[in-house]
Amino acid sequence: MQRARLDGPIDLAGFRREAKRLLALGARPEDVLWDCGDATDGDLWSLAETGSAETDPASPVDTRNAGRPAPPLHVPKDFLRLCEDVLLHREPQRFALMYRLLARLAREPAFWRDPLDPDRRRAEQLAREVRHEIHKLHAFVRFVPVPDEDLGGGERLVAWIEPEHHVLEAAAPFFARRFANERWAILSPRCSVTWDGVSLRVGPGAAREQAPAPDAGASLWLTYYRSIFNPARLKVAMMEREMPRRYWANLPEAALIEPLVAQAQARMAGMIDAAPTAPRRLRPIAPIDRSPQGSEAADDPDA
Amino acid sequence: MDLSRKLAILADAAKYDASCSSSGTERRDSRGGAGMGSTEGMGICHSYAPDGRCISLLKILLTNHCQYDCLYCVNRASSNVPRARFQVEEVVALTLDFYRRNVIEGLFLSSGIVKSPDFTMEQVVRVAQTLREEHDFRGYIHLKTIPDASEELLRRAGLYADRLSINVELPTDQGLKALAPEKDTAAIHRSMGRLKLHIDDAKAERRAVAEAPIRVLPGAATRPARPPRFAPAGQSTQMIIGADASDDRSILRSSAALYGRFRMRRVYYSAFSPIPDASRALPLKSPPLVREHRLYQADWLMRFYGFEHDEIVDDGTGLLRLDVDPKLAWALAHPERFPVDLNVAPRELLLRVPGLGVGSVDKLLAARGTRRLRAEDLRQLKLPTRKVMPFVIVDGHQPRQADLLGALPRSAPDAAAASASASASASASASASASASVAMPAIQMGLF
Repeated sequence: MQRARLDGPIDLAGFRREAKRLLALGARPEDVLWDCGDATDGDLWSLAETGSAETDPASPVDTRNAGRPAPPLHVPKDFLRLCEDVLLHREPQRFALMYRLLARLAREPAFWRDPLDPDRRRAEQLAREVRHEIHKLHAFVRFVPVPDEDLGGGERLVAWIEPEHHVLEAAAPFFARRFANERWAILSPRCSVTWDGVSLRVGPGAAREQAPAPDAGASLWLTYYRSIFNPARLKVAMMEREMPRRYWANLPEAALIEPLVAQAQARMAGMIDAAPTAPRRLRPIAPIDRSPQGSEAADDPDA
Repeated sequence: MDLSRKLAILADAAKYDASCSSSGTERRDSRGGAGMGSTEGMGICHSYAPDGRCISLLKILLTNHCQYDCLYCVNRASSNVPRARFQVEEVVALTLDFYRRNVIEGLFLSSGIVKSPDFTMEQVVRVAQTLREEHDFRGYIHLKTIPDASEELLRRAGLYADRLSINVELPTDQGLKALAPEKDTAAIHRSMGRLKLHIDDAKAERRAVAEAPIRVLPGAATRPARPPRFAPAGQSTQMIIGADASDDRSILRSSAALYGRFRMRRVYYSAFSPIPDASRALPLKSPPLVREHRLYQADWLMRFYGFEHDEIVDDGTGLLRLDVDPKLAWALAHPERFPVDLNVAPRELLLRVPGLGVGSVDKLLAARGTRRLRAEDLRQLKLPTRKVMPFVIVDGHQPRQADLLGALPRSAPDAAAASASASASASASASASASASVAMPAIQMGLF
């Protein structure tokens, strides 16, 4: 059994280094234990082993290859892209899966031409879920403006989010592009990201209490949410498919869903049953005065 | 009237417009600027209302006072709904505040017609101009264009907006004459034609400059300045379904003409829905949501699956079947075209198979370039095999006549379930990429 130790749950550089080392040793995918040191991530056995690693004579560092760089290894570019996404997934088997794909690529590169290969389909499924989560994070981060003395009376935007996968670092550059001239921070249990107007900094995780509660200013947004809803078109399943309940805790508008749904039927019936009112008296409309403007006829595609 | 009350009235007045799309514009962001905002191609839905619709933009009217008396409209002159009017600055402040909170991608502004079309359009354009020029706002802006507004205002609108739209309102000219006496199909088409010219011209001019060779002259810029943009996300339109007697065949014919003639990015279908203080001249009943859903599906068949508008509804009824989707309905009505052999049929025939989407078709084509396809591959792709199998031949599978029954939905007109993916239609994310290439490409390699 070979041990590959990574520096955290999204250590792509470490994965590449270890995967190349193991491949050079000819390690079979089923003989490798991946350990990313995340208590919530990885199997119990590997965690138990980690505790004794320092005194374990069979230490994970392979001394035979120490100092000898692994030979260069060429892989399809979309495999590299796939690695970047898949490693952000919380699936504990992600490292094993990608190493297995890599080992197969080294042995029979042509299998990459078959987009229906089961291993590859699985990896693409994980990647899709990761990209989906990044997209939802872009959508569902809710910034609350808080006064910041350091900014001389200015405001900082702060948000709290609990992503399903390890995607906060990957999702953050989007906000740096969008709010380049603001100061903002996004807090999550695993890590936090802050933007000071110049650079992104990744810091330690935070607790929910450290994030500001929704402020009074958010009430206009709630008014909008209430008003844009059409009670005659109730489709709760559709809403929940696109905005699953697990996001609701961080969305202030989610508290409105239940009452809006409860009243919808009665509101629609009310509109249908209401006796027509007398139409308002109309003021005559002044005729539109559009004197000929020379080029107008030339612009007319019907002319 | 306080801001919250105004917002409630003017959002309520805007919600019958189905579009909330924020996709398809140029890429830009706030770096190097003074304000905020970015657009990166794919739209983002920041929330969903219990009607299943995406909330991507702050969708409001500048005012719901209106001189026109279009019978289907909640804001028609003769309606007794409460009225309100935003100041330009109020809309600007609301947009910026919502944007900073990350609850919207931008603004979709429309307006009832007050004083004159030009007066109204001028106010609408001023909102967009203020956002862009005073606040350097780089988020998405969609402006509803008033067909009778002047050429100059149209030009300015296109300068600030990502998308412009003019609603055709009803599928046919007769419908519009009957229900919207002040509107005029010819004028609407004329304005759409103008928008198309501006959009095409701006694109061509900007392309020409981008492709111009770099000049090396002392003291001169290396390239000439880029000409101004014009609505880089193009134009869209909407028609109301179920307010007049138009059948689906004529609706699809109208849509095909709008896509072809004016290169619409989208035609939206909005099921006529009960409104507060409705006109007694119109049917007051639940909106025909399943029909709306089938129209969106038919629309996709025209845009991504190579169907002609007049072959989708060709059984003499003029109406789409409500119990099955239009692609399955077509396949059931054309048994002579099936089964399709997945290992040899060309792409356009694969696209006709019920249950095979554009993405799946392209994967099957890529896979069959390396080996023969097996029935197992369809399960691997997680396709709806009950729907697909009766129409295909593949290694390890020959369809039997009895399988056709399996392709039918278990409980036929299941309205609620049916509406599921429909309004993906109105959603912001442009999910269908109609990419085509199928020839076996060389695998691009990189250093691991």
